[in-house]
Amino acid sequence: MNQKSSLMTKLSGSPYIVWAVLFIIVPLCMVAYYAFTDKTGAFTIDNMAQISKYADTFILSIWLGLLATVICLVIAYPLAYIMASKGPEKQSTMTMLIMLPMWMNFLLRTYSWMTILEDNGLLTSALNSVVDFINNTAGLSLDPVHLINTRGAVVVGMVYNFLPYMILPIYTVMLKSDRSLVEAAQDLGGNRLDVFRNVTLPLSVPGIVSGFTMVFVPSVSTFYISQKLGGTGTILIGDIIETQFQTANNFNLGASLSFVLMILIFICLAVMNRFSDDDGGVII
Amino acid sequence: MTKKTSLSSKLYTALVFIFLYAPIAVLILFSFNSGKSTSVFEGFSLYWYKELFNDAATLDAFKNSMIVAVASSIIATVMGTAAATAIFGYKNKLLKSSIMTVTNIPMMNPEIVTGISMMLLFVFVGSLFGKTGTLGFGTLIIAHTTFELPYVILNVLPKLRQTDPHLSEAAQDLGCTPFQAFFKVVLPAIMPGIISGLMMAFTLSVDDFIISYFVSGTSSQTLPIRIFSMTKRRVTPDMYALSTLIFLAILVLLVVSNLVSAHGDKKLSKKGGAKK
Repeated sequence: MNQKSSLMTKLSGSPYIVWAVLFIIVPLCMVAYYAFTDKTGAFTIDNMAQISKYADTFILSIWLGLLATVICLVIAYPLAYIMASKGPEKQSTMTMLIMLPMWMNFLLRTYSWMTILEDNGLLTSALNSVVDFINNTAGLSLDPVHLINTRGAVVVGMVYNFLPYMILPIYTVMLKSDRSLVEAAQDLGGNRLDVFRNVTLPLSVPGIVSGFTMVFVPSVSTFYISQKLGGTGTILIGDIIETQFQTANNFNLGASLSFVLMILIFICLAVMNRFSDDDGGVII
Repeated sequence: MTKKTSLSSKLYTALVFIFLYAPIAVLILFSFNSGKSTSVFEGFSLYWYKELFNDAATLDAFKNSMIVAVASSIIATVMGTAAATAIFGYKNKLLKSSIMTVTNIPMMNPEIVTGISMMLLFVFVGSLFGKTGTLGFGTLIIAHTTFELPYVILNVLPKLRQTDPHLSEAAQDLGCTPFQAFFKVVLPAIMPGIISGLMMAFTLSVDDFIISYFVSGTSSQTLPIRIFSMTKRRVTPDMYALSTLIFLAILVLLVVSNLVSAHGDKKLSKKGGAKK
């Protein structure tokens, strides 16, 4: 490349570099700044000291997020496996069908679960009529089913909303991996379980890692799902942060909570990435 | 595969798709409800669709969403494409990897943190100038552009890697300026990546709620924010009517784009065949 063109190439990146500094790096510094100052702008660690009060909320958020992620993995893995073994025509239709709900507004998707799970909603009334039937015929007195405003409902909401983010990366990795490796393993006398354990599963690890990230991060930090499906009993860390900014107007506490959340998530991701040799470059 | 396993895999696939589509089916069904209930179906009617189109605030929010999505996705695509060519051309490894790390931050960071970090910046800068109402269209477009940029860059970079670097050199040997070489040779080669980046940026923008929620002002409500404020109260089926329309629009878009790309593939394979 000659001098002139390399200069042009370098210059073409400068607007983005300026933009990234101004709107990615500086905002993160602002979070740190607000986290360590009080309302007047003086340095304080009071906000950070208050974090310990929210330890239970952090633990609950991470626990529900992990639970949702693992359930997503269990549901997604077999489906991705089935998809990757189908013909190309069927594959593209199935990919489209999985992406379609993703493009529906996430608030509306969550809201529809509210109407399904609420006390006179579709699923609850169906289950309750079964309960009534059992009670009447067997003379038992089982309690009616209650689904909405439970932690289970929040996990269902997370799994439902983020499942496609688990299916697609795993499917992509399986599709790219060399089929002849599987055949070779079979030729070498491996039974189906052996082949799966020693070939298919290790090859799909990068997909699992990227799916894990894409489900875990939004699940841990959600506030809408817990508000709609969890009621007042399931307050997640996202809810508390949202309250600080939108109603309580305590930006400093909100910033310190976000700061800790961000660091916790980066630690989780770093641990997760250690499980794979890949540099995490697998995006749908 | 034996018959038995293929049956169980079919059953499994069907169950997952039922799980994915049951809530959407419920939404669509109740959008046609003649009553106000979202759980008891009283009869077929288009009442809620009429109601929706008479709701000025929702239509306004839709217009705002479109303005923000068009503006931010165009800015992100132009800046992101330029950035991708620059990143691709950098010889300095450290510079390259630090830019890529920063680029990954908005994708890795929880959206709520990205949202509040930008809100804090805007509020802080506003307070420096003694202004209070800094949040509005401008901040929305800046925030959307920021979270769309990584997706544009990551869509364009692989295309650049696939492009033969000698092409640009050949064009310059034949008398093109570097500028002309880029627009006549490199740009057409990476166009598919640019288009998919643009489309991704646009859909992400239209769909975004969390970041917009923190950086928008009262006069610049987008559609998701409008939906949020409506779902705070007891929802009437006009929200369902809205989601049905969105669903249909996306379905049509997807089917058309699939048909177009399938058609393109066929054309391409025909071309390839003719060359042989």
